Amino acid sequence: MFSTLAPILLQATWETIYMVAVSLGIATTFGLPLGVLLATSGRGELFEALWFQRIFGPIVNATRSVPFIILAVAIIPFTRFVVGTSIGTSAAIVPLTVAAIPFIARIIEGAIREVDSGLIEAAQAMGARPVQVVTKVLLPEALPGIIHGLTLTAVTLIGYSAMVGAVGAGGLGDLGIRYGYQRFRPDVMAAVVITLIVVVQVVQSFGDYLARKADKRNI
Amino acid sequence: MIRLSNVQKTYPARRGNDAHNALRGINLDIEAGEIVGVIGRSGAGKSTLIRCINLLEAPTSGSVVVDGTDVTTLSKRDLPLFRRQLGMVFQHFNLLSSRTVYDNIALPLELAGASKAEIAAAVDPLLPLVGLEDKRDRFPAELSGGQKQRVGIARALSSSPKVLLCDEVTSALDPETTRQILTLLKDINNRLGLTMVVITHEMAVVKALCDRVAVMDGGVIVEEGGVEGIFADPKHATTQSLLADEFMDFRAGSDANNNVTGNTAGQEG
Repeated sequence: MFSTLAPILLQATWETIYMVAVSLGIATTFGLPLGVLLATSGRGELFEALWFQRIFGPIVNATRSVPFIILAVAIIPFTRFVVGTSIGTSAAIVPLTVAAIPFIARIIEGAIREVDSGLIEAAQAMGARPVQVVTKVLLPEALPGIIHGLTLTAVTLIGYSAMVGAVGAGGLGDLGIRYGYQRFRPDVMAAVVITLIVVVQVVQSFGDYLARKADKRNI
Repeated sequence: MIRLSNVQKTYPARRGNDAHNALRGINLDIEAGEIVGVIGRSGAGKSTLIRCINLLEAPTSGSVVVDGTDVTTLSKRDLPLFRRQLGMVFQHFNLLSSRTVYDNIALPLELAGASKAEIAAAVDPLLPLVGLEDKRDRFPAELSGGQKQRVGIARALSSSPKVLLCDEVTSALDPETTRQILTLLKDINNRLGLTMVVITHEMAVVKALCDRVAVMDGGVIVEEGGVEGIFADPKHATTQSLLADEFMDFRAGSDANNNVTGNTAGQEG
């Protein structure tokens, strides 16, 4: 039994890791600058731009209000436009990324707002330009919080990736539904659940480790 | 070196708060190489005043001339370049927790685009000057308050500024550490001939460190002069009451610099 289950379990685990890693990477690329700007464009702040807050604040909130499974279905036309199909592992990356961008943006915004405003003042007094305040002060000081947030995002995406399994995306969720549920294979279901638990544990421990290493506030 | 002429700062009314005149026409001349104290109670406007010198706060009107340049006319591009000529030390140190002592001191030079060799040449002599040779690779979380402030001072000096702005630099420190920091600042003034502007609410700091003092109340300078003259013959009621605080502190048997909580001042503006 195990010899037949192992290859598909391995394949599904790989698909989940692939979907989560790629969407996390792309979403961070967009979410990081968005979060930085959300945290620094308020009144009297580094890059004061109230129009930016007024436009992107509601968009971020709206995206986050939509349940993921609805979002994944609702943006199928967009997914088809980007990857040419709406079925499969690569297609699942699109809704995962779209859902993760506002999530990451809010997390980065929060982590940056935690940085003591005295540090911004000190950097400006030293002659830091606004971009330097971000790169030399805000991001390094917010790094532990950012790592924690990205770990949380990764774990959330693992959960979401199981949902896109329901719309034909592959991965552990897909395996659990098709084999475990629809073919009445409790052994497969158990294997999927255990694998998910292990993957989440590993991701969380690794994220905690990195955040601890980056945090020099309590030595 | 620094000349403030009729400097006013008004914070506009917002969210039910009335407009607030933090500075109502400040005139102050600071000569090169002297240490000038600005003393006043919380809300007197002294923190706003010092931030108008390096334009962390833009004056509503009036002019601020530093080393021959009216800094209120500087463009956004030129402002950072000007600020590199001024060092600033803060009440709560404002060190980067993610950087070592060495890297904190190096930050102003890094921002100015200095090479690694230039940074080492500037930072290495500063460590013994502030007595932190053995803390070079430590993080701020591993230092005491006095050590953190020494890092703050070294950081302010690393870009070889002409002026050092000190904003309540001893208010978060205990009396003994306060004495050490004041001695260090005096020593730096003697050795490097820096011009210093020292904001404080404690007359003892003025007495230990300053050549001249300006007393502020309600956004104006109410009395100004040599430290000895002011201490011998305080004219204005505010000056007299600030001096009386010192006297009471001594009589109560505690130290004049005693301000363990250290958070009553520096909240204004």
